[in-house]
Amino acid sequence: MMSMALPQPPDPALPAASAVPLLRLREVCVAYPTASGAAVPVVRNVDLQLAPGEILGLAGESGCGKTQLLLSILGLNGPHALVSGSVNYRGQELVGLRTAELNAVRGARIAMVFQDPATALNPYLRIGAQLIEMLRAHARVSERQARERAFEMLEAVQIGDARRRLRQYPHELSGGMRQRVVIAMALMASPEMLLADEPTTALDVTVQAQILRLLRELCERRGIAVLLVTHDMGVIAELADRVAVMYAGRIVEQAPVETLFERALHPYSEALQACVPRLDGPAVQRLASIPGVPPDPAALPRGCAFAPRCAYHLPICQERVPPLLQTTAQHWKACHYEGPLGRLRDSAA
Amino acid sequence: MKRQTLSRLMRQPMARVAAVLLATIVLAALLVPWLSPYDSYTPNFALLSHAPTLAGGHVLGTDPLGRDLLVRVMWGCRISLAVGVVATLMSVVIGVTWGAIAGYAGGTIDQVMMRVVDVLYSVPFVPFVIVLTVLFGRDLWLMFLAIGAVCWLDIARIVRGQTLSLKQREFIEAARVCGVHGAAMIRRHIVPNLFGIVIVYATLTIPTVILFEALLSFLGMGVQSPMASLGSLVADGASDMQSHPHLLIVPALFLSSIIYAFNYLGDGLRRALDPRNRA
Amino acid sequence: MNTVPAPLLAVENLCVDYHVRVDGQRAWLHAVSDVSFQLAGGQSLGIVGESGSGKSSIARALLRLVPAAAGRVYFEGQDLLQLSGRELRRMRRDLQLIFQDPLASLDPRMSVGDTVGEPLRMFEPALSAAARSARTTAMLEAVGLSVQHLHRLPHEFSGGQAQRIAIARALITRPRLLVCDEPLSSLDVSIKSQIANLLMQLQRELGLSMVFISHDLAAVRFACSHVLVLYLGRVMELAARDPLFSAAGHPYTRALLRAALPRAPRPARARAHVGLSGEIPSALRPPSGCVFRTRCAYAVERCAREQPALRRVADSLVACHRAEELAAEPPLATLAG
Repeated sequence: MMSMALPQPPDPALPAASAVPLLRLREVCVAYPTASGAAVPVVRNVDLQLAPGEILGLAGESGCGKTQLLLSILGLNGPHALVSGSVNYRGQELVGLRTAELNAVRGARIAMVFQDPATALNPYLRIGAQLIEMLRAHARVSERQARERAFEMLEAVQIGDARRRLRQYPHELSGGMRQRVVIAMALMASPEMLLADEPTTALDVTVQAQILRLLRELCERRGIAVLLVTHDMGVIAELADRVAVMYAGRIVEQAPVETLFERALHPYSEALQACVPRLDGPAVQRLASIPGVPPDPAALPRGCAFAPRCAYHLPICQERVPPLLQTTAQHWKACHYEGPLGRLRDSAA
Repeated sequence: MKRQTLSRLMRQPMARVAAVLLATIVLAALLVPWLSPYDSYTPNFALLSHAPTLAGGHVLGTDPLGRDLLVRVMWGCRISLAVGVVATLMSVVIGVTWGAIAGYAGGTIDQVMMRVVDVLYSVPFVPFVIVLTVLFGRDLWLMFLAIGAVCWLDIARIVRGQTLSLKQREFIEAARVCGVHGAAMIRRHIVPNLFGIVIVYATLTIPTVILFEALLSFLGMGVQSPMASLGSLVADGASDMQSHPHLLIVPALFLSSIIYAFNYLGDGLRRALDPRNRA
Repeated sequence: MNTVPAPLLAVENLCVDYHVRVDGQRAWLHAVSDVSFQLAGGQSLGIVGESGSGKSSIARALLRLVPAAAGRVYFEGQDLLQLSGRELRRMRRDLQLIFQDPLASLDPRMSVGDTVGEPLRMFEPALSAAARSARTTAMLEAVGLSVQHLHRLPHEFSGGQAQRIAIARALITRPRLLVCDEPLSSLDVSIKSQIANLLMQLQRELGLSMVFISHDLAAVRFACSHVLVLYLGRVMELAARDPLFSAAGHPYTRALLRAALPRAPRPARARAHVGLSGEIPSALRPPSGCVFRTRCAYAVERCAREQPALRRVADSLVACHRAEELAAEPPLATLAG
């Protein structure tokens, strides 16, 4: 039998080398009030830590709360959102800060890379002006220094002919180029951390591969930590060091990337991998799939939110929400089922 | 209309006030023959141009022929609202058909149909109605026709623009693949999707029409005595403005309330139907 | 590619051009140039390529939603491009389309029952209302929805359910050919596999032929018996599934396969080979000769001069001057982690 819930939620893992986390989230909740008065929870009690230079992937389907969690770090959820819990960045508490104080963190210490580069850039301003503005909003530098920095950053994101690009408008660039510019912009004020929301979803496969490699090189060379939100397990496999899988607003499993892909412990993590068609191996007649649809956050089922779709669910799953428990040094899971997984893989073959 | 839209509409205070006010006026205007002891036509020479009073039974006073002003105003609302609604309905039917066909057909048909609209736009309204009245005499139906003939032009333009953008939508392409074409496409897929914009615009057209009618009646080209519209009552009141101001103030108040109410209701509807306001 | 004597669909030298304005100048954009392929009954052909490669234009031209500039599209021996409006409408019951964004492809003001029943109303006007509603209900159940959904409006459904409705509408008249334009790409991971399975199951049960357009190579491998690789509106490679995925003949196909994301983390990820450098050029100014040469690792001087013809190399049709040399090279390194 499983032990009763531990008195204290355990700390999510840290790579052994880094003692001091860069970012620590504790019991972060995000909810939106509705017309009827009840608040709909979209993020529920999330604990996370991120070490300097680490790439943490936040995986899950749309509506699982991963983007809302990302936005809550910089207080960008919008005026109606109810955010509670603690977001601690290098000892500084970010939840509850006034906008002016948050602006000192936004862009300067923690920068964002959005999904759609077409909307992240101002169509009426030259690339150079946007890059320079980004830096001068946070640092006292001369126009000339800022321009020099903009040039360096365009080179850093491997945009050729950077001098000329500075004078161009966003529409003169291709989609992949624009995403490089967005990344360059995020790097302008030398942040320690990037929040990347589906940074390659809007791009073609070939360009996606280029951008992912660029992101990895930048992180390794500059020691930037990345919180990467994506629904694509392939992107996670390619880029992340650690993975947190979210379902219905909660983290259901957290592990180093190799561990999660080799030995997922949560049925949802297993299913996310098994659902994807393969480029290798024997041809199949059917893909593994998860029945049903993700739950409406306004009407979450009792107990484990994944239970109605789960191939392994037990009677207890409809009764109690499984707590996120540590199984090994760096592996957490929130699931009552303790037996072996593998049913989805078998059914697909 | 969806229940959600209605509840979003009613959540706006101004729209709620407008809706209640309009409902009251419409109900009173419809029920006035049964509610009031007075009728609208019989003169009472004992009580000429009586001022408003709570004592004598004529709450808003009487007109120069001794008829109860409240009853006259209510009958006036009846005519004005009827003109507003009927002429608007007419222009909606013509405007939606014309605009949807032009927009959906496109090409030469569109060009020709919209040039017709442009030409009609350039006809000055008041002289046009004067010519009509001179030719055919004063007639309530003629007025419906004259106003309707002008108001459908705006609707046709708006509907055409909306149809052009609807035509680009994927579900129209999907319907084409399913064999829908021509009139069936307009009837089944275009017109139902114009509903929101048309109902907003129609609500905003009613007060315009009522104002047109008031203008015509004021100029003596509208309804004929002893029938009364709000416009003709205002015109009559204006001539006695010096001695008996209530004869002007009362109908003018009702006229402006109705117009304000429709405008607020239209604005409220636009907001309620705007997808950006759906939270 | 086909040895079947009478193909269901035979496309010959299809071209689609769009009239566009660039900086106030009128110009022709050649979205699809000289595309030919055949499809036998019950088979499915995947069309893959990056965005801007002309995939969707082919789909729309097959159904005559956009005009073809040249070429022929024979469906059961009849050239669709020559049909009159009336003949075309009659033919449409045999040719159906599924769109990428299911919600956008459903009329927001029409109930599910009316939407799914609409093709019946159009193609079988003699059918009684009761018979139509019975078939609508049966079709809804076949795609995993139920009677209680009949009177709902599209916005009440999730993307996956909306795609089921679109599939029901497309298949209710029992078409012979189903064209799917990125039917999975707007769906969530868990829903994607549900819809893919549903499509495949219906294809088998109804003996449908399918043109399956996608940028997702793995989905095409799952869904299709044959694959056509498109780049800037031109066919780069056309082959049966297994030879294409095990021994791709064209450098572009190889690059696409290499750029695909892995199923599991691979060692030394930073040095992992990026399939292709650069991006797809504008179709307004395609490169001379072979359109792919600007991004091709194997390009030689001849590629700029001479446009390669599609020819048989090993088990595929390949448009590359150096296809024979490439075929001799070892097949791709395995993709899995």
